[in-house]
Amino acid sequence: MELLNKIFVAPFADMVSAPDFLMQVLWEGLVSGVLYALIALGFVLIYRSSRIFNFAQGIMVVFAALTLVGLHEMGVPAWISVALTLGVMFGLAVTVERVVLRPLVGQPDIILFMATIGITLFLIGFGEIIFGGENKQMITADLGIPTGDVVLEPFGGLLILQHIDITAVVVAGLLVLGLLLFLNRTRMGRAIRALGDDHQAALSVGISLQTVWVLVWFIAGIIALVTGIAWGSRAGVSFALEVIAYKALPVLMLGGLESITGAIIGGLMIGMLEKLFEIYWGGPLLGGNTESWFAYVLALIVLLFRPQGLFGEKIIERV
Amino acid sequence: MKDTIEPHVTEDGRQIGGVLMEMKNITLRFGGVVAIKDISFDIREGEIRAIIGPNGAGKSSMLNVISGFYHPQEGEVWYRGAPRPPMKPYEVARQGVGRTFQNIALFEGMTVLDNVMTGRLTHMHASIWDQALWWGKAEAEEVHNREQVEKIIDFLEIQAIRKTPVGRLPYGLKKRVELARALAAEPSLLLLDEPMAGMNVEEKEDMSRFILDVNDEFGTTIALIEHDMGVVMDLSDRVVVMDYGKKIGDGTPDEVRSSQDVIDAYLGVPHE
Repeated sequence: MELLNKIFVAPFADMVSAPDFLMQVLWEGLVSGVLYALIALGFVLIYRSSRIFNFAQGIMVVFAALTLVGLHEMGVPAWISVALTLGVMFGLAVTVERVVLRPLVGQPDIILFMATIGITLFLIGFGEIIFGGENKQMITADLGIPTGDVVLEPFGGLLILQHIDITAVVVAGLLVLGLLLFLNRTRMGRAIRALGDDHQAALSVGISLQTVWVLVWFIAGIIALVTGIAWGSRAGVSFALEVIAYKALPVLMLGGLESITGAIIGGLMIGMLEKLFEIYWGGPLLGGNTESWFAYVLALIVLLFRPQGLFGEKIIERV
Repeated sequence: MKDTIEPHVTEDGRQIGGVLMEMKNITLRFGGVVAIKDISFDIREGEIRAIIGPNGAGKSSMLNVISGFYHPQEGEVWYRGAPRPPMKPYEVARQGVGRTFQNIALFEGMTVLDNVMTGRLTHMHASIWDQALWWGKAEAEEVHNREQVEKIIDFLEIQAIRKTPVGRLPYGLKKRVELARALAAEPSLLLLDEPMAGMNVEEKEDMSRFILDVNDEFGTTIALIEHDMGVVMDLSDRVVVMDYGKKIGDGTPDEVRSSQDVIDAYLGVPHE
């Protein structure tokens, strides 16, 4: 009875009795969720345009953040470091397309997937050689990101919004919006959406595989940098950041690998649900630290009932 | 066997113009295998040109050479009166050469409408910012592109399935959607790789009618590969016959039908 009460009654009673705290929890979930959604979008873009599941997305976050911080440590002004890092991510996109993707065109998906694991390992080693393996501080202040907080008082309670978080949500939100416009409205965006389905068909309507691939890997690189800055500001820049990107995996399982809307909604859902679960159920019942696994279990449960994800295109097999 | 056809008007009133594309002594090898051996022929503006031949004769290879998927070791491809440098398939497409595939290449996850819309990609010129925000000429362009696409959808009688994901369609309709997408690009030259393969008689008749109508209505030059001899002879103005990578005949359906080489190699004993 006690247990049932703790599962079905107490959490909701808590939510109602302290709505300001609930809002705080939801806000923090939203911040994580926006970033998950952003990373998931990076995966979806690459998957849709090439049917490659890009295992390297996680390490790209670390690599971008390391490059940014590393350049700044060498005495390059902060904003020029950002520009240079974008240049490096573009260089990475071109290199990946040239050295890895182009020679492997037409190979089975699993081979391309393995190749992205290769890219991951390479970036880990390369990053450590150049920037070292120790934990670094994100250059939040130098980038002009405010570090204070906004205090609101909804329902006579207290709601604290960190400036860093607000900035992250706004920037990530704008980036998502920009990507949506780009994908749905522009020539290139339509090409990206078409390409993954059939390479030959894409070529026959005048789409260049190479250009699109470089572009999606570069977009994935930009996303990696933004996520790297946002997350690095909270947790420091180290190879542990890679784990954040893997949170995009359950997001993808929820949202479906192909669905852009799915990635966004999935990301926000996971971000908020894992926070809610941690605070209202995980903490009291399981002693906390549920955030590290909650998303994966949730995704597993969804997969049992909807293998194509919540928003994935329905798989229809013609026999 | 160089023909000397001048621009003329056919019996049924279609305008046949000058040479649009010319293959000059094309030889294509895959390692030791010679797929195409020293073949020359031309395609004239406004005509329906067929390439026929038994299995493995090199017909599809020839189409792939024209559309830039293969690059011949010897010989030149002339387009609009000038030799064409080796090009990637998407560059050829942007030059106005559209095509369909033997094994249907469609974007299965997208709707019919979206598939046909991709055919308009080469006709979108507004800048990336205008397109994203629908400023400037982007909106007018989009409206125009949609109009063109709807026209083609009407023309090929696939209005009823506009919003259906292509993956759900039966084979015959997929073939038609593929034709629609190729047409949406308003190609100067349309290449059809076995447009009627695997169709039943009724579907074949529909497809033949569409091919003739496209040629008649839009004046599109069409080069097609086909197995079904009867269909080819009825459709085309001129026919190239290939066998074992070589050209063994070239001319009007009647000329080809009566050529002894062709009869021996491909047609067997004539029915009449």
